[in-house]
Amino acid sequence: MPDTSVATGDQLIIAGKAYSSRLIVGTGKYANYAQNAAAAEAAGAEVVTVALRRVNVADKGSDRLVDHLDPKRFTYLPNTAGCFTADDAVRTLRLAREAGGWSLVKLEVLADQKTLYPDMQETLIAAKALIADGFDVMVYCSDDPVYARKLEDVGCCAIMPLGSLIGSGLGIQNPVNIRLIVEQARVPVIVDAGVGTASDATIAMELGVDGVLVNTAIAAARDPIRMARAMKHAVIAGRESYLAGRMPKKRYADPSSPLAGLI
Amino acid sequence: MNVFLNGEPASAPDVVTVAAFLESLGMPLKGVAVERNREIVPKSMYGSVRLTEGDRIEIVQFVGGG
Repeated sequence: MPDTSVATGDQLIIAGKAYSSRLIVGTGKYANYAQNAAAAEAAGAEVVTVALRRVNVADKGSDRLVDHLDPKRFTYLPNTAGCFTADDAVRTLRLAREAGGWSLVKLEVLADQKTLYPDMQETLIAAKALIADGFDVMVYCSDDPVYARKLEDVGCCAIMPLGSLIGSGLGIQNPVNIRLIVEQARVPVIVDAGVGTASDATIAMELGVDGVLVNTAIAAARDPIRMARAMKHAVIAGRESYLAGRMPKKRYADPSSPLAGLI
Repeated sequence: MNVFLNGEPASAPDVVTVAAFLESLGMPLKGVAVERNREIVPKSMYGSVRLTEGDRIEIVQFVGGG
């Protein structure tokens, strides 16, 4: 059913495919895959990030992600979480393409365990290799506008700067840089990481980003399904607010009621 | 013969294709990818690629992640 709360025709286009939802959700840290599926549903998400891991050979009967989130219904966006070199990231995504058959991927090459901050040099190396190999690369990156530009120049199909550290819930720590990245980008900009609550998602969208990627803020909420719904509305509110154009800020009051005709 | 399966020592029949090896493990073929000595084995090759002694086999699938 089309979401009538979103302006018609306002679509997010990534690598040539149109999406009406601007909220991408992760599938990590949920109590179970059933809750995960219910949250993705409540978020109105069309794209979900997924990880690639070794099959547990001893426990083949365990629940599988694909049994709960149908890859025909949700666009699976395989990630490279846990990869600390370009080689590992490229290897992981080649396996992901073989497992799923899709070439749209989320590249992240991390620098250290404590911050999970992206290693931009390795990220750029991996991005080039993947694009040469036919992948559509959405790239997790720092909020450095210079590296964002370089990643776009080598052909990444979406730039995904962090709002703050992965899983931190600290919100949008550097709105000025996010705005600089938005202004220069010719591909979608999606804030990935750091969103802690619904208002953070709205703040990101009001900066003019094209979408928001949320995992922990939903999965670690007391009521994940309700938070998923809140995020959906927050992203729509931020997008509409950005498109509507906010009023100028003033230092003094400006009455909303007419001054004429006062008794 | 001895191989490594997902990093752990494992035994496999002396003459076995990737397809037969997966079947012997009771592994679903859908949604998994197989790597042999760091080279992807495409699904179309499962029936023809044979394991050899000491092969390092990785079988991966999608799980939840952010």
